[in-house]
Amino acid sequence: MELDYIMIIDTTAWLLAAIGGILIGLASVALLLFNGRIAGISGITGGMLLRPQGDTLWRTLFFGGLILGGLVLTLVYPDAFPSAGEGPARSYGALVVAGLLVGFGTRMGSGCTSGHGICGLSRFSPRSLVATGSFMFAGAVIVGVVRAAFGGVI
Amino acid sequence: MSTHTTQKESMTLQYIAALGVGLLFAIGLGVSGMTQPAKVIGFLDFFGGSWDPALAFVMGGGVLVYTIGYRLTVRRNTPVFAKKFQLPTRRDIDKRLVIGGLLFGAGWGLGGYCPGPALTSIASVSTDVFVFVTSMLSGMLLFSTVDKMLANKTSQGTVNKDKKDKKEKATSMSTATTNA
Repeated sequence: MELDYIMIIDTTAWLLAAIGGILIGLASVALLLFNGRIAGISGITGGMLLRPQGDTLWRTLFFGGLILGGLVLTLVYPDAFPSAGEGPARSYGALVVAGLLVGFGTRMGSGCTSGHGICGLSRFSPRSLVATGSFMFAGAVIVGVVRAAFGGVI
Repeated sequence: MSTHTTQKESMTLQYIAALGVGLLFAIGLGVSGMTQPAKVIGFLDFFGGSWDPALAFVMGGGVLVYTIGYRLTVRRNTPVFAKKFQLPTRRDIDKRLVIGGLLFGAGWGLGGYCPGPALTSIASVSTDVFVFVTSMLSGMLLFSTVDKMLANKTSQGTVNKDKKDKKEKATSMSTATTNA
């Protein structure tokens, strides 16, 4: 019977999450302070892909910085990424659908977890509050459906 | 000799800043646990009987720093390397915002990746990540194509081609300034 509700308490993970969040916040403040820009990953990436005229070099460099940061992580903190077989059970079909939804949805809704979830909420933007509520809600519903209907494997 | 930086120098400094910020952002994502799709799914699983709240601390830490940093920063007249702050100004809630948010959330829950962590994970050389990132970038391009088609359809028959082009330009410019 699944009557018990368990909350996973892993204080090391909480601490790492908070430190990571602070670093993300500092990076976002730095982009605003130095370049006057909002650190929205989907907006920066979308702009890099879709607007070839001007304004693309800094986006491309930011994108390159993300990749480079990932490379640094693989060298000094490989635990940041799931090792083989450790990730959630997702077929390539599910990943294709998920990727299309994330790409399409973030452009349609003008932002993602960074632009709306961090920068927008901090600026008390009503649009970002609605967007964050929408993506958190839909995410929770889909995770619930995948677990209930497919046993967490899709 | 002038101590003012030239236009060219300030552009170079902006490029260096963008690269550095991207790098720090990725490190933050990796440390936080956001690049572990299983953790993301555990966090989104509010109703599953075992909830992992860890990733709430990522948003908590980020929002805390940005709430303070944002307010201190915009007290300045201009950014350090750029001429002006470029901040979103829209406050209206429209269908696009909500539907876009719902579609993104569905994909986030299905794959366990949002855009930043997905791009950061490219370096981990995983087929899952390649499949997801390729689809995500395609989804972004797909939206812009659909968006243009819809804009064309709305204006067809009522305006001549010249006006239509102008309208397209105006639409793409207005979306450019409002992206978060």
